[in-house]
Amino acid sequence: MVNVTIDGKKVQVEEHTSILKAARQAGVDIPTLCYLEGVNEIGACRVCVVEIEGYRQLAASCNNEVQEGMVIHTNSPKVREARKTNVQLILSQHNVSCTSCIRGGNCQLQKVSNELGLFEEPYEKNVPINRFRYNFPLVRHEDKCIKCLRCLQVCEKIQQVHIWDFINHASHTTIGVKGGLPLNDTNCALCGQCITHCPVGALREWDDTDRFFEALADPEKVVVVQIAPAVRAAWGESLGLPREKATVKRMVAAIRRMGADLIFDTTFSADLTIMEEGSELLERLQHKDDHPWPMFTSCCPGWVRFLKGHYPELVDNLSTSKSPMQMFGATIKSYYAKMMDIDPDRIFNVAIMPCVAKKAECDIPVMNDAGAGPDMDLVLTTREVDRMIRSEHMVPEDLEEEEFDDPLGIGTGAGVIFGATGGVMEAALRTAYYLVEGENPEPDAFKDVRGLQGWKEASFDMGETTLHVAVASGLGNTRKLIEAIEAGEVQYDFVEIMACPGGCSGGGGQPIHEGKELAGKRGEVLYGLDKVDNLRFSHENPAIIDCYNDFFGNPLSEKAEKLLHTDHHAWRMPYERDQHLYEDEDYDF
Amino acid sequence: MTEMHMGGLNAEQSAVAELQKALGERFIKSTLSPCPVEFTAAFVNICNSQSCGKCTPCRVGLQQLHVLIEQVLSGRGTPETLKLIEKTARDISLTADCAIGSESAALALEAIQGFRKDFMAHIEKGYCEFTANDLIPCMSNCPARVDIPGYISLVEAGRYTDAVRLIRKDNPLPISCGSICEHPCELNCRRGMLDDPINIRALKRYACDHMEGDYEPEKYEPTGKKIAVIGGGPAGLTVAYYLTIMGHSVTIFEQRSHLGGMMRYGIPNYRFDKELLEEEVQWIIKQGVEVRTNVIVGDDITVEDLLEQYDAMFIGIGAHDDRQLHLVGESAPNVVSAVQMLRDIGEGIYPDFSGETVAVIGGGNVAMDVARSSVRLGAKRVIVIYRRRRVDMTAQQDEIRNALAEGCEIVELHNPINLELDHGVVTGVTVQPQIIGQIVNGRASMRDAKEDPFTIKCDRVIVAIGQSIDSRCFADYGIPVNKGRILADDGGVIKDFDGVFSGGDCVTGPATVIKAIAAGKTAARNIDTYLGYHHVIKRTVELPPVKFKGRISCARSEMNERGVEVRRHDFEMFEEGLSDEAAWQESNRCLHCDHYGFGAFRGGRIEEW
Repeated sequence: MVNVTIDGKKVQVEEHTSILKAARQAGVDIPTLCYLEGVNEIGACRVCVVEIEGYRQLAASCNNEVQEGMVIHTNSPKVREARKTNVQLILSQHNVSCTSCIRGGNCQLQKVSNELGLFEEPYEKNVPINRFRYNFPLVRHEDKCIKCLRCLQVCEKIQQVHIWDFINHASHTTIGVKGGLPLNDTNCALCGQCITHCPVGALREWDDTDRFFEALADPEKVVVVQIAPAVRAAWGESLGLPREKATVKRMVAAIRRMGADLIFDTTFSADLTIMEEGSELLERLQHKDDHPWPMFTSCCPGWVRFLKGHYPELVDNLSTSKSPMQMFGATIKSYYAKMMDIDPDRIFNVAIMPCVAKKAECDIPVMNDAGAGPDMDLVLTTREVDRMIRSEHMVPEDLEEEEFDDPLGIGTGAGVIFGATGGVMEAALRTAYYLVEGENPEPDAFKDVRGLQGWKEASFDMGETTLHVAVASGLGNTRKLIEAIEAGEVQYDFVEIMACPGGCSGGGGQPIHEGKELAGKRGEVLYGLDKVDNLRFSHENPAIIDCYNDFFGNPLSEKAEKLLHTDHHAWRMPYERDQHLYEDEDYDF
Repeated sequence: MTEMHMGGLNAEQSAVAELQKALGERFIKSTLSPCPVEFTAAFVNICNSQSCGKCTPCRVGLQQLHVLIEQVLSGRGTPETLKLIEKTARDISLTADCAIGSESAALALEAIQGFRKDFMAHIEKGYCEFTANDLIPCMSNCPARVDIPGYISLVEAGRYTDAVRLIRKDNPLPISCGSICEHPCELNCRRGMLDDPINIRALKRYACDHMEGDYEPEKYEPTGKKIAVIGGGPAGLTVAYYLTIMGHSVTIFEQRSHLGGMMRYGIPNYRFDKELLEEEVQWIIKQGVEVRTNVIVGDDITVEDLLEQYDAMFIGIGAHDDRQLHLVGESAPNVVSAVQMLRDIGEGIYPDFSGETVAVIGGGNVAMDVARSSVRLGAKRVIVIYRRRRVDMTAQQDEIRNALAEGCEIVELHNPINLELDHGVVTGVTVQPQIIGQIVNGRASMRDAKEDPFTIKCDRVIVAIGQSIDSRCFADYGIPVNKGRILADDGGVIKDFDGVFSGGDCVTGPATVIKAIAAGKTAARNIDTYLGYHHVIKRTVELPPVKFKGRISCARSEMNERGVEVRRHDFEMFEEGLSDEAAWQESNRCLHCDHYGFGAFRGGRIEEW
């Protein structure tokens, strides 16, 4: 233990603790801008500086450790002045347009600047020009970037996708795309983790709220909205709703108030995915030699983009099942339209997702199997929905809870846990067990795959075989897992991957909270919902049973293959790695 | 009122001169990675500040040049902008009335043309493609990329064996480098911006001198692969060490009786104690290297045989042949080549020069080595004859300083044209006085002055005008060679000769020990890969955490040199290691660019290779 004095308070902290953490332990708050615990502790913004007695220079509290006997002042006159100067210098390169900024009100620079009382800007403005092209769901505003490097560090260290680069020098230093490429020409997975870790409004998803409102205003259109599992665990956070009030039913009420015609639960199509993907797994297991192993889940579009971009040789390992969102889109424009006698061309399918990659997924040209234009027309992130609720001036806590529409509003607990890492695996195992053994397992029999570790593995006996499974979340963990598979160090039958750490709960489209990682907490909400659900097996969902009886027949039927499965080779990432792998084949690059 | 004042600087001018001097020093120690466009803009701006303002091109042109380059940097430039930049710079250089304008514009023009690719990258992509390495300054300039701040922090913590262990991750010859490394690392040390660069070499030597005990390096499982290393100098020893710990079986073939190459046969004992060298060599051999001395490849064993018996080969034969003056009398018994003389000393044969006047011809480090050795061999007078100026000598300034201190004389700007003979013995060197002239390719050239030649009387002549490479047996085998140099790329690879690698002096021509080590390290990696492996060499030493120290001024400690009157009579090491107090203070001065500045973000450390 080390003894230090911080602002007159004597405290004892563990050896090798940073001054910043020691201060927080002592109840002293030091403002930060670039700091991201464990990921970006590089002392770049120089806002967290403190004065240490005996030294002329101020020290960044984030990348200096406490030493025995240190006497630290976090608000001495010298610190106060230097900290303000540094924020003012950052502001001189920042397009301070808070009123029209997507992060207005949720911006660390705004917060720090206001807290420090910087109501004057003494420096001449020198704001860089925006060179970015707005042709990709991920949008960057160079004029807002404060060069904290968090986006780059998250992309490199956590996701290991290596899209961002620290470019140019001196006052022209900024963040750019590696190699100077346009972003849509890269292997960006669109996980959106750079957005959720940006302290300011320099990164965002492109905004589709206007398109949603236009569709609502069009009397010809039947606007069908689906809400993803993980959204219900997060949507209330930025609206100030306590978790017990932020139910999905209250969210249904808000969307209905905006004017949506029908509101369904993506949990339904999560159950549908389990039927298809679970059956596909059992089918592949019966013809083991005809398939590459392991089989990968395919519901996360960030993961699919990553795999196609970085490991194209493994594309055939992906389940051909579409994601729940795309299955739902195709089902609504076929089965549901027929059942309700609605012209599918009038249907405008909207999904509310915790995800940025979904915006690209719904634009994949071959996702049009129902024959009425794209199966999904629009994707909104959780953040966009929150913005719309605010712009409609609704008071969410005053809304009465409302039910989803029938019959596609029915989902099971197995579908709900899709929103947490391990959830797809657990749901699939529950049904696979039933399909093999002819009886249900204990609902919690497979809970070993829960939890926030980046790479989990488990084995379960099923019939005469033992199923070896693995679950990874976060693309850095994914890369490790794939490298181990390719090196022959590990062997699995079935692997679930989610691009975002913690799964969709920690998705790149979820509300942003400075310095907090909420994937775990949101995941707990989902597991809590599963626990109290009467339906905990996808195959017991009555709406699923009906849709197979009335329309699809069986899982993997011809109709199911056409509408619920896809060819992952039918489209390409711009720069698929090792293009030569395909040189001799007739792929079009 | 006085009417007249002496010329010279007033107070303001002195202050500006100080600033200019500091600026010059700062840029010598600058980072290795400023964007060339960014730097050109700043350069033009500084030059503009020197303009008196009288003439148009310098007053307005330099300022407009800066504005234009700034447009490029901020993403507002077009190819037209670049054309205008070039035109403006050219016209300033042609029309300015004095050197302030013309020379700054000429340099700017040179920069613009040299960095055209970088200007275009900024214009077309808004992206600086200048990929200077992002490493911290000392490591950037170390050819072997030794973890300098890492071992300095271990010296500070009093963990000397660990320090040596960390050095050996990248350089298996720390004892040698502690004595004789040219320490290019110190040139860029960022501490130099504050006061003086860290004495890195002295700290390395201190760590080696104070190891608490030996240790066993981690080794990989034996692979059964056999590698022949030809030449036991620094490059060969390095290749042998790394390939051995990677699990391969290495045999060194050395033509002389001992390993060490030029470290034994070129560097006199007073600079590097041969007992220390032997300690270093034996430690490497102890790791499992087989050594065959007194074997001449080409005579005792053919290249073909070696290639048949071994899975790969490394050629590290150095540059051990002498160059000749081609003057009549060069074969006289009292004319000797520096290479031969130092080789004899390396074998323990010390000639006696008592009472003689010795003329040394040449201006490189070897010339200084033989001059200083001659003093120690009893010479009455040692005269170094050099055709250019002392500042043009390729010898390190420290070497020249020490030679002068030990009593050597330097006759600069005199070209030897004749050896005076009496009964087959040389009695003097006739020299033609020179006058210095134009600077060509960065080096001053000279021509005969309108003065008559004269003779410098002497009893002995030592020719130290360079070394050449005897690579005939490899050339005969078909390996590509140019002027004796083996043609290998910077990875040691020889085109069209699979499994044959080369590096060190025999590829680059006479260079430094640390460059040979770097060549050996690189070749070891590439040989391992060639053999189908990827044995990673990792950092195995835990580093102490970096502590905040502020930046308190403290000048650099130098190693103590033994008194001239004592040391000029023996071949014992002329330098003494730092005291405990000085070593601790020196290690404590490190600013830890591995933890602060850019190193906090990236490039702070190479964990493995």
